[in-house]
Amino acid sequence: MSDILVDIQHLTFKRGDRVIYDDMSMQFQRGKVTAIMGPSGIGKTTLLRLIGGQLKPEQGKILVDGQDIPQLNRKDLYKARQKMSMLFQSGAMFSDMSVYDNVAFPIREHTRLPEELIRLMVLMKLEAVGLRGARDLMPAELSGGMARRAALARAIALDPQLILYDEPFAGQDPISMGVIVRLIRSLNNALGLTSVVVSHDVNEVMSIADYVYVVAEQKVIGQGTPDELRSHPSALVQQFLQGQSDGPVPFHFKAASYSAELMELAK
Amino acid sequence: MIVDKLQQLGQHSIAKIQGMGRATIMLFGALIAWPTPRKSFPLLLKQLYVVGVLSLLIILVSGLFIGMVLALQGYTVLSKFGAEQMLGPLVALSLLRELGPVVTALLFAGRAGSALTAEIGLMKATEQLSGMEMMAVDPLRRIIAPRFWAGVISMPLLAMIFTAVGILGGHLVGVDWLGVDGGGYWSAMQANVDFQQDILNGVIKSAVFALIVTWIALHKGFDAVPTSEGISQATTQTVVTSSLAVLGFDFILTAVMFGG
Amino acid sequence: MTSRKIEVLVGLFVALAIAAFLLLSLKVANSGMTGSGETYMLYAKFENIGGLKVRSPIKVGGVVVGRVRSIELNTEEYSPIVAMEIDSQYNNFPETSSVAILTSGLLGEQYLGLQPGFVDETVSILKSGDYVEDTKSAIVLEELIGQFLFNRGSN
Repeated sequence: MSDILVDIQHLTFKRGDRVIYDDMSMQFQRGKVTAIMGPSGIGKTTLLRLIGGQLKPEQGKILVDGQDIPQLNRKDLYKARQKMSMLFQSGAMFSDMSVYDNVAFPIREHTRLPEELIRLMVLMKLEAVGLRGARDLMPAELSGGMARRAALARAIALDPQLILYDEPFAGQDPISMGVIVRLIRSLNNALGLTSVVVSHDVNEVMSIADYVYVVAEQKVIGQGTPDELRSHPSALVQQFLQGQSDGPVPFHFKAASYSAELMELAK
Repeated sequence: MIVDKLQQLGQHSIAKIQGMGRATIMLFGALIAWPTPRKSFPLLLKQLYVVGVLSLLIILVSGLFIGMVLALQGYTVLSKFGAEQMLGPLVALSLLRELGPVVTALLFAGRAGSALTAEIGLMKATEQLSGMEMMAVDPLRRIIAPRFWAGVISMPLLAMIFTAVGILGGHLVGVDWLGVDGGGYWSAMQANVDFQQDILNGVIKSAVFALIVTWIALHKGFDAVPTSEGISQATTQTVVTSSLAVLGFDFILTAVMFGG
Repeated sequence: MTSRKIEVLVGLFVALAIAAFLLLSLKVANSGMTGSGETYMLYAKFENIGGLKVRSPIKVGGVVVGRVRSIELNTEEYSPIVAMEIDSQYNNFPETSSVAILTSGLLGEQYLGLQPGFVDETVSILKSGDYVEDTKSAIVLEELIGQFLFNRGSN
């Protein structure tokens, strides 16, 4: 059983003519929380979809537990997906079922366990995220943070090996933020999971990640433990980590000379 | 200028053909692989309720009114020839052969078809379909297939109910109000309506329409752009495209079944 | 919405549809000759069949006893031969019976009116495959007008 659960090798992915990733490589260690950070729009969600097999790369290998995901046929892909879970930004709860049924969904679909056993499992998972009392509510009745927690309970329902988090901290109030941060870390340790967190919330990520990749300009521009990153030499990494408004990523959108445009009016 | 327009036309046509290709792939994905009855029957049942039972009200009311109007209008013309006793066959044949299948299909497209498109489009926009895929559950089998079968099964049933209610409505107006002979209404009908030619052909028509409308509704939802604008566009397209397709196929089927 | 309630409602829906179907097939369509049992064939030769069609009814005194199975042209004499499919329970037509092409109502469709003839010791009963000898063809409007004018002219 190797140390590395997800091994991305020389990944190249294009959308139409735009190159999203150019010969990128990353490794995600088993049992650790690895973060992927970067400016918005560089395609972090796309990376998660590539790992999950929803998209196919132009080149490169994506090995999850030894299996090259893009090469799998439909049946094997579905089997491989049972070992991983994805937490979407919006939670993606099924709106026509209660929280209980949502969490029970993967269990009912993939196992033939009796309802009593399913009930135990659902209650345990909901307890882990602190929503056991909310089990009969409908997703529309949940706040954003609670919906995400419920989706997390659903994601761990079948005890996966790998969880992919897509921007779990985006738009959350400080309390919910704290809750999610705590959950990601504690679940990772308690269940022996491997977590991949895609985010651009620097502080939150740095507080729980074991290893961080900073992705920009179609490749990895910096990687390391949070401490290593804080003293990283790249100016782009520093601008990102410290939230500086101007630096390698310029403040001004590309435009003609300011004085020239102003003078046009005077003509 | 003309070259531009032609290019646009070409691109448009290719896009449409691509759409039909995606629709076919979706349909095959949903129908291939026989589902397990234990799991899929409750899903089908729920969809039969949503798609069929909830459409009953509009079908019953429309059927009644259309039957009544047919009798009213038909009587006016037939009485000029002293042929009032043919009112029964007039109402029955119009409904069985044409109005039953076609109007039911149009109403179905507007009510159930648009609801299907909106529901699936919304599931796509809120990433529920994606989420299901990531949970290793095939959304084609779990979401699309039950809705497809529900549509294909319920529409012919609705068409039969529509026709029956229409004939009764015609009886209401013709016999009870306008004074056509009651026994004559039914016996002239029996003499002129053939089971194979009229009833069965009507059922075949509505089965074909059911396939078309349900397929279009599901495809438009599945293919929708996942924004609120995209969903509203997809819903409109469902109603328009399926209505046109129904009318087009009605002509073809009528020519084949009843033409010379 | 409990699943029990859904099941009941869907069941009602299907039951309603079946009821509609039964109404249509029994009361609306002709529950006539097709499939009600055994039949035998009689044939008749006409000079003009007018508007007679396949599946037109064959009536005795207004009661339907059979349907026209086929209408073909005899290749020797070029006269139309009508094949009549009669319900087996009416198997007592003597060979003196006559068949005429009649019209129901003024604008109605045409049908075959079968009239049983007289019976005595010399007369045999028609069996399957026999020809009805006495036939009256359809009334063609042009001939009628021609006759009328001819009669007028000679007066």
